[in-house]
Order: sequence, then structure tokens, then C-alpha cells
Amino acid sequence: MVIDLPTIWAAIIAFAVLAYVVLDGFDLGVGVLFPFFPSTEDRNVMTNSIAPVWDGNETWLVMGGGGLLAVFPLAYATVLPALYIPLILMLLGLIFRGVAFEFRFRTVRWRPVWDWGFSLGSIVAGMMQGIALGALVQGIKIENRQYAGGWWDWLTPFSLLTGVAVVVGYALLGATWLHMKTSGELQANARKLAMFAGVGTIGLIGAVSLWTPFLDAIYFERWFQWPTAFFSAFVPLLVAICAVGLWFGLKNKRDILPFLAALGLFVVSFIGLGISFFPYIVPGALTIHEAAAPDVSLGFLLVGAVVLIPTILAYTGYAYWVFRGKVDPEHGYH
Amino acid sequence: MFLGLTAELLARIQFAFTVSFHFIFPAFSIGLASFLAVLNALWLWKRDPAYLRLFDYWKTIFAVVFGMGVVSGIVMSYQFGTNWATFSDKAGPVIGPLMGYEVLTAFFLEAGFLGIALFGRKRVGDGLHMFSVAMVAVGTLISATWILAANSWMHTPAGYEIAANGQFVPTDWLAVIFNPSFPYRLVHTVLAAFLTTAFAVGAVGAYHLLRDRENRQARIMFSMAMWMAAIVTPMQIVAGDMHGLNTLEYQPAKVAAMEGHYETQKGAPLILFGIPDDEAETTHYAVGIPYLGSLILTHKLDGEIKGLKAFPKDERPPALIPFITFRIMVGLGLLMLVVGLWSLWARWRKTLYTSTWLQRAAVAMGPSGFVAVLAGWFTTEVGRQPYTVYGVLRTSESLSNVDAQAVGASLIAFIIVYFIVFGAGTFYIFRLMMKAPHGDDGELAQSPTRTAGITPAQQLEAAGGGHGH
Repeated sequence: MVIDLPTIWAAIIAFAVLAYVVLDGFDLGVGVLFPFFPSTEDRNVMTNSIAPVWDGNETWLVMGGGGLLAVFPLAYATVLPALYIPLILMLLGLIFRGVAFEFRFRTVRWRPVWDWGFSLGSIVAGMMQGIALGALVQGIKIENRQYAGGWWDWLTPFSLLTGVAVVVGYALLGATWLHMKTSGELQANARKLAMFAGVGTIGLIGAVSLWTPFLDAIYFERWFQWPTAFFSAFVPLLVAICAVGLWFGLKNKRDILPFLAALGLFVVSFIGLGISFFPYIVPGALTIHEAAAPDVSLGFLLVGAVVLIPTILAYTGYAYWVFRGKVDPEHGYH
Repeated sequence: MFLGLTAELLARIQFAFTVSFHFIFPAFSIGLASFLAVLNALWLWKRDPAYLRLFDYWKTIFAVVFGMGVVSGIVMSYQFGTNWATFSDKAGPVIGPLMGYEVLTAFFLEAGFLGIALFGRKRVGDGLHMFSVAMVAVGTLISATWILAANSWMHTPAGYEIAANGQFVPTDWLAVIFNPSFPYRLVHTVLAAFLTTAFAVGAVGAYHLLRDRENRQARIMFSMAMWMAAIVTPMQIVAGDMHGLNTLEYQPAKVAAMEGHYETQKGAPLILFGIPDDEAETTHYAVGIPYLGSLILTHKLDGEIKGLKAFPKDERPPALIPFITFRIMVGLGLLMLVVGLWSLWARWRKTLYTSTWLQRAAVAMGPSGFVAVLAGWFTTEVGRQPYTVYGVLRTSESLSNVDAQAVGASLIAFIIVYFIVFGAGTFYIFRLMMKAPHGDDGELAQSPTRTAGITPAQQLEAAGGGHGH
């Protein structure tokens, strides 16, 4: 395996997507859980726990989209039309939940409307991201540098399953985040929900993992033949470790451990996907190298990325540090 | 076909719709972010609570505007791929990295420091809070720089070659970024954002002055806004003229459409009103001033200006929209100049805070910046048709392999959602603006020496013409 510009960029884009999934995952998850917390006070605490950071979290999605255009334009130009409907629905969902942060504090009469917008928007966005993932895994038809499939190709039982899996997974991230950031009854409620979501997430990870190898022979080979089977054996083991950490953390009412375990589940699942995908960016149709922009484009952006991404991580970490600790229900930000 | 419209036209309408809605918010938040940074700096420097009240007042409005800008912006970053896949594949290697740098240097910066700027004053202290507010402001300007470099490259492409697979491949990044129209477009657009904010802030200040002449916060914001109007409007007119000359050099067909000229002429008139007709190749009911067109564009009375007929029919932009929107933009610019000069006169006569007619005019001009910005944008974007990358890649060759139904249905969904969401947002912004800028003094109340609010001494100073603001 040669380490060249396209491979480096594939790693960076993968990192951006993973960062997006775990970061926006927990704040979308808070939205997914909104219906389980009907009181306005609880909802204020919940939105205040993510208000200072959600915008930065969502920027990773722009980085994923913009980055794909910059370094893998052919993937961008074929995957986006293939996922036309789920992506548009995702964007509309993100609009509703994004504006709700401000809007719900600007009105009393319409607050229930924006609360529903926040919740449904989060659910739809998560569902569509999962469906998009499933549609990508099951394959996209490309001919002559263009998407060559139909408008409903993305909609299959498998993609619906991945859609549900991502929503439940986000709910787990959201519940463990709330468990870390809140106290009292809200925290107890979050712990209960985290239990359910944890069981659901692990069950759905299992279901998707068992289904994937039978979608395509490539996946089957990857998962069950040497030498890659060596890595794929590790993935279930790591999932099990995270599951135990989650269960232990929730049982013993640890503040932070359940959230870290939930993050771990996502990271491990993501690595599993990476094993299935590499060296393809669109499985079976487009490799990283086929999709890559010319080196002059990759190099130009890499010079900046090498300096800027660590800087971004540093000040993003600082922003999280500033707003560390439990959210004080008495002192909202609004 | 969807409702009798082709996928290409629907995709164009969808892009125009989403980008127009999006552009309104950055046009406001670029100026507001800088305004907030200035207000916060003034508060730290003078420790005058009026500045802190103004900061808190505009901070709330900024948060709503910025939120809407973010969500409408995410749509843009995906719209290139959904509807304009061929363009994305071909132009991605050039404009992609520019947008990538926008994300890395601007979006993360704004988002990372926004939370602290909005909610973190007490947590991080004055110094780091000021730094965060400044970073948000700097971020908006960096963002404008990159996206306008990308946009300008599409107007005046440079520093590239075309590869065998049809992709644009950069050969000289400096030439790509500093393409011929970029410096002019950047200055013109950023000044436009500042003016948009100035007139919006001025209108809010004037509105509250009309209700309460003594409101010190209203006085300060009105005075600051009118300084901006008086100083920046003339700068903008000069910048606009230079941008126009640059367009004449690189996109003469666009200028011909803006001017409503079909025939190439020496000593061309400046057509004030008329209805360009691309079919008949003439501008009906044209009312013009002889020679002025040549004078403005060539700075010579008998300078030659190319008309649309000088270009093959399939390389001409449609003339009607640029012709109309250009006049709206210029007309509003001249009205802004009038208000700016009027405010200088009132300031000199010491009637800035008492001249109700000036304040009424300022209220009426509140939306002028937004309208002018959109009109200017329509002028330049419709004027570069029928190309996405000017002279090289046609709009018709940029489209995804999409169904008209898919584009049409998503267009309708965008229209419904945008009107509900951004309609509500605009309503909330208006409601925040209608609230008098007293401030609830949440933070001030905790420092006993600063609870007085308006003291007689400050009132006298403010009444003395508001100098120094």
C-alpha cells in the first residue's frame, strides 16, 4: 500500500465524517430524545447543554461535503445525485432543528411548534444519514462519470435498517451526553433511556454487520478471509468491550464513562466500515484513486489542512472546556 | 419536464432561490459581527454601559441571523452536487479547494468561537471574550474572501488548463485566487455587507429615536450607522464603478445587457428606463441621456461600447433581468448617498437626533441594503449566462443527470420550508428590533457602581452631537 495524496485525503475525509457523526450525533440525539422529556424546563436544559457547540459540530458536515468536492469531485458528483432525496430531506431536517435553538427562546406560543421541529428535524436528519450510508454500502451505479441509477434506488430494506440504526445510535449518544451534562431527575431519565438505546444500538450493529457480507461478495471476502479477517475479528471484540463499558458506567452511575463507551461504539463501527470500503470510496464502482482530484489540488489543500485541522481541534477542544461540567438549570444562556 | 419546465431551468431556479435566501443572512452577519466587535471593544475601553447594552441587544439578533445563515449555507454546500454534478466533477479541482479553505479557515473559526462570544463572557473573562468576538468577525470576512475568490473565478477563470478527462486543473493557484475580477468583487461585496448592516442598524436606531428621543442607546447606534452611511456609500460608489469597468473588460456582454444596448455605438447614451427585448433585439421605450453611457464606461464622450448584437446569439445573457436589477441597485445606492449626506448636514446643524424627517427616511431605508445586495447579485449572476465558468463551461453542460420531477419537487419543498422557517425568523428579528434598546442590565446590575444607566452627564455629552461614536 502506497501512502500518496489520495490515500492521505481519504483518511482526512474519513476523519471529518467520523468527527461529524460522533459530534453532531450527540446533539442530534438530544433532539431524538425530546419526546421523552415533555417539560419545558428539561428541554431548556437539554438545548442549553448543546447550544454553545452544535454549530461547530455541524461544520464537520460542511467539511465532509466541501472536502469531498475539493478532493474527490467525481465521488461528490456521483454520490450526491444518487442520494438526492435522502440528502434533500436531511438538509430540510437540519434546517428545522438548527433554527429551533434560537426560535424556541423567542416565542412562548409557538414554542411547541419549534420543539417538534427540533425533534422531528433531528430524527429525519439522522434517519436520512443512516439511509445514505446504507445506500452507499449497497452500491451506486456509475457510468461515464455520472450517476446512472434511478431516483428510488436508495430505498431498500437494508438502507431502512441502517437508517433506524443511526437514529437509535444517535439517541444513545444523546442520552449518554445528557447523563454527563445534567443532574437529578433529568439525569436519571437519561440513564434509563441510555440503557434502552444501548441495547438497541448493539442489536442493530449486529443486524447490519450480519447483513452486510451477504450484500456483495467483496464484503464477504473482506470479513471472512485472511488477512483482513484478522482485523474484522477485532471489531466484534471491541464492540463487546464498549458494550461492557457502557453497561458498567450506567449501572454505577458514572458521569463520563457511558458517553465515552457510546463514542467508542461509533468509532469501532466506523473502522468496520472502513475495512469494508477500502480502497473504494463508492463500493464496487469508484476507488479512491479514480475519484481523486489532480495532485495539484490535493497538495494545495493539504498544506493548509496539516496546519489548520490541529488548530481547529485545539480551539474546538477549548470551547468544550469552557462549557465543561453540568448545565445549571437556573442560569440558561438565553 | 415538470410543470412545463426543464430540469435545467428548475435547477437554475432552485439555485437562485436557495442562494438568494442564503445570501441575505451573511450580508447582514458580516457587518453585524464587525459591529459587535466594535461595540465590545468600546465597552471594554470606555466602560460606558450603553455599549454593553448595545452589544447584548445586537448579539441576540446576530444569533438568530447567524443560525439561519448556517442552516441555509449547509444547503449550498450540497446543492452543487445534487443538481450540478457535471460542474462539480469538472470544476471541483479548482473551486473545491477554495471552498475547502473557507471551511478550514472561516467556518470552524466562526463556529468555534461563536459559543464563547454569545454565552461565555463570564466564563472566560473580558480579554478572551473580546478575542472570541473578534475571531467571529474575522471569520466572516475570511469566509467572504474565499467564497468570492471561487465565485470570481467562475466569472473570470484564470490559472488553469483542461485535462483529458474534462476537468479543470489548476496550474497557478495565485492566478486562480487573484483572478481578474476577484479584488473588485471582494471590495464591492464586503462594502455592500457593511452598508446593509449600517442601514439596518440605522433604521432600528431611528425607529426608537422617533419614539424616545432621549434613548441613549438608540442615539449611539443611529449616530454610528449614519457615520457608516456617510463614509462608506461614496467608497462603495467608487468601488462599484471600478467593478463595472472590470466587467466591461472581461464580460462585455454582461455590461451590454445591464445597459440595455443591442447596437455597438460610439457616444452611447445612458439608458435610464426602458424594456429590453431579446427577441426584437431592441430596448423599447428607452429614455436615455446622450453620451453619458460612454462617459461612465470609457470615461470618454465618444468611447465605443459593444452592444449585444456584437456577440453570437447563443453567447448572450438575457438582458431584461440584469437591466432592471442593475437600476434597482444603483438607484438604492444613490438614495443611500442622499441619506448619508443628509445625516452629515444634520450632524453639522446638531439636529441628528431631533430631525424626525431624517429618521423617517432612515427607517424607510432599513431594508435598502438587502434589496441592493440581491439586485446586484442577480445582475452579475444572470449577466454571466449562458455559462457557469465564463466562456468555457455552459450552464446547460453543468447539470446533473437529474429528472425534472426530482428537481421540481425538491424546489417546492425548499420554497415551503424556507418561507415557514425564515419567515418566522424574520418575524422574530423584527420583534427583537421593535424592543427598545434599554437592556435588562443582567450583568450590569451586579456591579453597583454601574446601575445608574443614563446619568445626566452622559445625556449632556450625547446631546452635544454624539461626536466620537
